[in-house]
Formats: sequence, C-alpha cells, structure tokens
Amino acid sequence: MNDQARFDRPLTAVTLALCVYGLLILFSAGQTDVPSAAAHVWQRQLIWLALSVTVALLVQRVSPRLIEWSAPALYAIGLLVLLVTLAIGTGAGTAASSKSWIAIGGHRLGQPSEFVKLAVVLMLARYLAGRREPPATLRELVVPVLIAAVPAGLVALQPDLGSALVFAGILFAMLYWAGVKGSNLVLLASPVVSLFAAAAAWSWGAWIFLLGGLLLLWRPYVWEGLAVLGANVATGIIARPMWQHLATYQQNRFLSFLNPELDPRATGWHIIQSKIAIGSGGWLGQGFTQGTQKRLAFLPAQHTDFVFSVVGEELGFVGVVVALALFFALLTALVRIARRAPEPFGSLVVFGIVGLLFTHIFENVGMTANVMPITGIPLPFFSYGGSFLLACFVALGLASRIAREGRDFGYREF
Amino acid sequence: MSGRNAFHPFLVAQRGVVARHVLLGVFVILGAAFFRLQILQHGRYELRATTNRLRPIPLQAPRGLIVDRRGEVIAENVPGYSVSLLASNEDSLRAMLRRVEQVIAPRTVSEERVVGRYLAMPYEPALVLKDAPFDVVSRLEERRPFLPGLVIQREPKRFYPDSSLVAHLVGYVGEVTEQELGSEQLADRRVGSIVGKEGLERQYEDTLTGEDGVRFVEVDALGRVVREEGAAVSLAPVPGHPLRTTIDLDLQRFVASVFPAGKLGAIVAMDPHTGHVLALYSSPSYDPNAFVGGIDPDLWERLTTDEARPLLNRAISTRYPPASTFKLATATIALRRGLVTPASRMPIPCTGGLRVGDRVFKCWKPAGHGSLTLEQAIAASCDVYFYQLGRLITVRALLDDANLLGFRSVTGVDLPGEVRPAFPPDIGYYDRVYGRGHWTSTVALNLAIGQGEDAQTLINMVRFYGAIANGGTILIPRIVEGPPIPARRLEVAESTFAAMRQALIAVVEQGTARGARLASIRLAGKTGTAQNPGGPDHGWFIGFAPADSPRVVVGGILEFGLHGTAMAPIVARVIEHYLLGPDRTRGGRSEPVPLALPEDSNPSSPTGPDSSQPRRPRRARPPVPVRTER
Repeated sequence: MNDQARFDRPLTAVTLALCVYGLLILFSAGQTDVPSAAAHVWQRQLIWLALSVTVALLVQRVSPRLIEWSAPALYAIGLLVLLVTLAIGTGAGTAASSKSWIAIGGHRLGQPSEFVKLAVVLMLARYLAGRREPPATLRELVVPVLIAAVPAGLVALQPDLGSALVFAGILFAMLYWAGVKGSNLVLLASPVVSLFAAAAAWSWGAWIFLLGGLLLLWRPYVWEGLAVLGANVATGIIARPMWQHLATYQQNRFLSFLNPELDPRATGWHIIQSKIAIGSGGWLGQGFTQGTQKRLAFLPAQHTDFVFSVVGEELGFVGVVVALALFFALLTALVRIARRAPEPFGSLVVFGIVGLLFTHIFENVGMTANVMPITGIPLPFFSYGGSFLLACFVALGLASRIAREGRDFGYREF
Repeated sequence: MSGRNAFHPFLVAQRGVVARHVLLGVFVILGAAFFRLQILQHGRYELRATTNRLRPIPLQAPRGLIVDRRGEVIAENVPGYSVSLLASNEDSLRAMLRRVEQVIAPRTVSEERVVGRYLAMPYEPALVLKDAPFDVVSRLEERRPFLPGLVIQREPKRFYPDSSLVAHLVGYVGEVTEQELGSEQLADRRVGSIVGKEGLERQYEDTLTGEDGVRFVEVDALGRVVREEGAAVSLAPVPGHPLRTTIDLDLQRFVASVFPAGKLGAIVAMDPHTGHVLALYSSPSYDPNAFVGGIDPDLWERLTTDEARPLLNRAISTRYPPASTFKLATATIALRRGLVTPASRMPIPCTGGLRVGDRVFKCWKPAGHGSLTLEQAIAASCDVYFYQLGRLITVRALLDDANLLGFRSVTGVDLPGEVRPAFPPDIGYYDRVYGRGHWTSTVALNLAIGQGEDAQTLINMVRFYGAIANGGTILIPRIVEGPPIPARRLEVAESTFAAMRQALIAVVEQGTARGARLASIRLAGKTGTAQNPGGPDHGWFIGFAPADSPRVVVGGILEFGLHGTAMAPIVARVIEHYLLGPDRTRGGRSEPVPLALPEDSNPSSPTGPDSSQPRRPRRARPPVPVRTER
C-alpha cells in the first residue's frame, strides 16, 4: 500500500490547510498590546497538534471492526468518566465555574466530554448499523435517543449546554444518515421547538396547531402521535419554570443573543465586541496580527471561543470566506467518505463525525456573528484547546481509515 | 422503507447529495451574516472600533495675547503642565487618585470634583491638576507604571507680567463653571475649559479663545493608555486672536505708582477725541496671576472678605456723588437751553449762603464770593451761584437734560461689570420717594451742585469731561482699538465750550485746584468733594490738557480723600506724564502726595437743624456711594 492509498487526499489536504490557518490565527491571537494569557498558546497548540497527528496515525491503523466491537465499552467508560467529572471536575478559563475538566494534582488533563462525543458517535453507529432496517417508528428511536441523551444530560449538568447541543447534532445527523424518515425527525425535534415557542402564548398556540396538522398528514401510530403531542404540551408547560431554573448567566446569554445592546458593558459585551471586531474588518481586514480590537483586549477569549472574530477582524470578509470554504470542503470530503464507506458502521461513524464538526463550526462561527446564541464550544483547528484538538484528530484518523477501506473494498462512483 | 436496505448505495448517494446541499445552504447563510457585518455595516463597526480604542485628549489652544497700544504685552502665555487621568470606571479613577495624592501635596485636589469631571465626560481624561509644578510632574512620571491612565499635557498658561497694575483692566481667566456652561456665550465650551472671568479676558472671550485641538491616545479594554503618540492623526490647536488695546502700559504703570498706596479709589485716562481709554486703575488691586490654574481657597476667602474689596473695579462698578464736578453739567444744561451765557451773573451775589424760604443753603466759602459770572463761578466752584442756576433751570429740565448728557446710562465701555449711574428718572421719582407735595423745587438746588440723588461712575464723569474737551461729542469709551463711537452730541456752541474750558483753566490757575498747576502745560479741570455719610468725604478731580487743544482727559476719585484737592495733583502728574513722556516726569518714582488744601471744604448741603431741605430718602436708595460688584 503506497502513501497515496493510505491517505484520503482531499481530507488530508483540507485538514493540513485548516491546521496551518488555525495555527496562524492562534499565533495572531497572542499578539496583543497588553499582557495576555494567549501570548504563547500557539506553541502549546503546536505540541498538541504533533501529539494529535501521532494519535490520528495510530487510530488509522486500528481496524473498524475492533472499534465497532469495543464501542459499547468505550461508551460505558465515557459515561463513567462523565460521572467522575461531575463529582471531582474543575472549571477553567472562561467557564471557570463549571465542572468540565478532569484534573489530577492541579494539572488539568482534559475535558472528557470531547471524547464522550466520539464514544456516542461509535455507540450510535454500532446500534444503527446493527439493525436490518432503519428505525421506522418513533418508538424505535427511543434507544438511539437515549444513547445520545444520557451523556448529553450529564454534560448539561456540568453545566455545559454547548456541548450538550453537540450531542443533539450528532444524533440527528446519524439518524438521518441511517435512513430515518424526515417526518420522524421533525416529530422527534418538535418538543424542543415547543419549548422555545412557549415564550409567547400566540407562538405556542400556532406551533401546536401546526403540529396537529403534521400529525394528521404523516399519520404515525396513534399512541406515538399522542405521545408527541403530549411531549409538546409538557415542554410548553415546563418552559417557564425551566427558564426560571436556568442560571442567570444562561438567561442573560440567551437574552443578549436576542439583543446584545441590552447590557453592553456586561452580558452583551462579548457579542458586541465580537461584532465590532468582525465588522471593522471589511473586505480585507486590518492585516495579519494588526487587529486593534484583539490587540487592545476588547475582544474577549480571542484565542478560544472568539478566535474566529480574529479572522474577521484581521483578514476581513475574504479571510472569513476562505475559512468557511475550507470547513465546507472538509465536511463534504467527510460526506464523500461516508457515502463510499463499504459498510454501514463506518459510513455512520464518518457521518456522525460530520454532525459533530458541523455543530461545532456552525455554533461557534454563528455565535461570533450573532447568528447563534453564545455557548462556549470551540472551533475545530482554530480554538486553543488540547482535548478538543485531540478528539478531532482521533475522529479524522477514524475517517481516514474508513476512507481507505472504502477505496480498497467499497463501492465506486455511480 | 421497510424491507429495503437503508444503506443501498443509491440511497446513501441520495442522502449524501441532500447533506451537501444542506451544508452548502448553512455555509451560505453564515457567509451572508458575515457579508452583512463586514461589508454592509462595515462603516458603523469601524467607527465603533475606533471609539473603542481612541480617547481624545483636548489640546488647549493658547489664548490671544493682549497688548497695549505700542504692542507691549499685558497678557501672555507661558508653558505649564496639566495632569489628568483616563479611567475605565469610577473605582479605578478613585484608586488612581489616591496614588496621585501620595505624590502631590494633600488637599490640593478635590476627589469629588475630579470624579464629577469624569462622570461628565467619561471618555476624556479627567483633569486633576491644571497647573502642576515641574517637580510634581516628574514625580508622577516616575510612577507611571502604577498610574496607567496618567496623561500629562503641556498646556499654555496665562500670565500677566504687570500683575496687579493691570488687574481690573485685564481681569483673569479660570476654569469654566457649570453655571457658565449653561450660558449662551460659553455653551460651546467643555468641562475644564479656560475662560475669561473678568475684565478684558471676559469681555473679549470669543476673540481671545482659540480653537482647541485634539490628539488621541490608544487605550485597552481597561482604559489603560497603551500608545501615546501616533495612534491617530491629531488636530493642532488654533491660537486665539491677539487683542490690541488702547491702553498705554507705561501710563498705566505710572498711574498705579502715583496712586496713594493703601488708599481706595480709581483713575481713568482717556483720549477725549477717540474715547480710547489710556489707563484704568482701581485701588486696591490684586494679582490676577493667582487666579490662573485655580485660586487657592484661602486667598479667595481673603480677597472676598477684605473690607477694601480689592476685586471691585472702582472706575466702572462704583457710584459716587459727583459733587462739584457736576457743576459743569449744570452749566452745560443752562447754556444749551440759552438760560445764561458764560458772562451771566445771578441776581443774588454770594454771601456765604442762600436763603430759600426759612432755610439757608450754604456756600463752601463762608465768607462768600460776591457777584460772579458763570465762568468765575465755575472757577471758584461757588455753590450759591449754582443754587440759583439750578432754580433757574428747574428740576424738570435738569432731569430731562441729564439723560441727554448721559448721566443716566452706562457708558458702554468694553469691560464687564459697569454699573448704571443713579439719577432720578423723572419728576414722579420725587413723588414716589417723598410723596406728592412733600418735596419742593429746592431739590434742583442740590442737583445743581452734584448732590442729592445723583451718583455717577468715574468713567461716566471722565466721558462727560471728554465731551467738554472735544467740543461736545459724548463718546463710548473703548479699551480695544477701533474708530471712535460717538454716542450723542451736546448741542452747544463751540464758543460756549471754549468759555467753559477757560473756566476750568481758571480752576487750576487760580481756583480750587491750584495745587495741581503744571509749569509746562495748561491744565483744565474741576475738583469735587463728595459727601460721604459713612465717613470722610470722597475727593474728585477731573482734568484735561493741554487746555486749548486737549489730548488727554484724566479723572480720579479718592475714597475718604477728604477733598478733591487731594486728587488734583495726582491727576496732574498723570497728565504731565502722558503729555511729556516718562523722562520729563518729576521725580520718576512716586512721591507721597500731600493730602492738603482744604480750602474747598464744600458742605453744600444743609447745616442747621432748622434746615428745610428735603428729608433724606427714607427708603428706595441705599446710602452713597453705591458699590456694585458683578
């Protein structure tokens, strides 16, 4: 097997480009006029990158069969680690009050939730691939939903709503890829819609009315239909108590997403400064390392959550489009691998990775431009963070291996 | 879908196409969001990025110079340092202020005032010290690492080289108050701006003030100054326009030097043909430099509570009874109404008093002057003659013509704080004050000799004598150069003025002001002794020279000077100094001027307890002199 066959060329090329781009931006994020914790993170990220690439190459050598076999064990370990994290976890950085880190003797080892995401991908892939037929009814979706919901709930308790959101992204992507009907996906998601529609009586009424129409149109089993309706009513009723139960910062994040100018010096600060940084970039930006919002520390978390704002400020719209195009290329390369995978498990794993990365990219990039509410989830290849980088590369290692299988044994173009 | 392989390649490919389209759609939406922010709203966010990081530091424009008629400097600018602080919030400002206070003398900075300035304009540096000494500046500079928002600015500082000699003329500058910011004239100023507070500085504020410039420093998110220079293009300040005054600084200094030290009063010198003020001095004076950069509260306390009221400009802001200096006004009214000629005599010769009904109006000279012409009566300042002249004119005509002669209005001199002279507006005034039928026409007797309800400012009397000197034009006195501005003309024949000038020459040659006679110059003038119910009388002298073609008119008032003859030699020396130049002035330095010659001790008012003179006003009028201060 020569080198060309060992690596999926588009995937490798795009990954390499994103790594270089991300590292350059991370270097720039450390170039400030005021002392910053981000000053030398690019060097540490480089070390993490080397480690991650090594691990990815090792993962690539592991047979998908072995991985499929060990998926339940990995999933169980993941759940266990999440429970341990809840018990002894510590906070860090911008999320200092949450318990998302595992630390031993004061040294933070990593955020286990990043790896649990992968474990969920593997577990879901194994479950869905093991069935002769795709889940056709809502009742058959209960198991896959639980596979994702249990770790998501544990992560949400840390609390880390952003990561919990990623589990939903993974779940829906993989259900879709497994062939679950769109109507069932809509019905599955409907209670969440109901939750947000409950903000106002008229919107909730309209949603329930629409849902009734959809149920009549799609005609699921009666009990399932009633269950969906019941779930929608239930979430609509508990919406308000739930909102009041949310921590103030979580409420504020959501409110300042809707209107950042509500409290510009406090909760709206992040999103306003991010928009100013991006908006001041214009077509070509202020120049590499020259962004004033970043240099003068107006831009918060410029090396982690808001690293993409640095792209917007310093490289302008052109830089943003290049980055988005690279991300799009990465995801389509993965979709292609998923499509060509020789067997359902590999295909589902790769598409689960697509769901994982896509959720991260969309949520993080959307947050910097006020398209999505602020949740502190990192941007692949750009945000500083060892655990996540490593998890990404493990995922890419898996995808690369599956691509190789596809090339060697799989279906050709149609 | 049951019974079919969900992973049939065709279905997988189909889902793959859908997935790619969904992905493409989402990325296009993201791209559109960035397009909106970065391209469509670029201008707005670029502006916000700029206001985020740049803090404007005003560059104070130097005020225009104030120079005298020869270009000699009255007010100039010297370099000074201001210390201010940039802060991101009130707490950090207070913390920095406490560190500043460790360096500077305690109690020189009011923390609340600085915080107030900060709250008024949080994005501009809050002024801490307007005029910091160099050692304080260098000590603060050493501590810059602990004072991240420190801004030390070189700023022009006002300086008056002649200090107290020109104080009432030039005034002083100070930081604009909140009240002034609300006024129309100073509405465009900022908190911390320097504005003229008094004198020419205030009167010509708009001319003297330049346009402040601005420079920008770059700050970080916590408001700490990161870059001082080159952060953005700065705007240089535009200096104010210079002000060329008509003041003769040499004469001004001379006036200040000959004015009796420690005495209260004022001297005004004017060019009778143009109305240009050559010198204006009020005593006691103060040091205007003490006000620049904030006056020491103790000094302010002393200045405002001092009995002598040094801040009061006695040349324009204090009214004194004009006394005998007003006799010339009475004569002018009679002459222009054609009631008398310069050679006219009154029916009753002076025997030391005039009996009206059962009341005797005394002349200052108990022995009497005998029968006099108008010219002689002016020279001798004979009260009996003027009693009769006043009766001849009648109260109504006196009141009517006083307006014409400008005894009821401000002169309009270009200095702030001039008070309006007091003179009864009409006959009704007496009805209101004393009640109808409770006063007699004898008020005309008092008015005719400059007593009674008549109080004039020095500048107004000088202006009137200027009109006698220039042949009848009443001018608006001016301190800043410009063409003469005639206010009104006295419709009197030139020959009449000539006669009056002759009479005024006689005052100096043989009359009440003999002590002021000058060897080389023919001086014309008139003394006056204003009765002061609160103490010794006030002495007036107003004179001009050369008598036949006057080039300068000088008036002086000496509070508690006892008699006009005390003022006369001082005024004479001022005139001599002006006309002959500094070299010819006798003595050079000021010599004590004898306060003597009480020959004109005037008591022109009732003396006996049986006096039938109108009763003193019970109300309505404060005791003269009326001093008004701003």
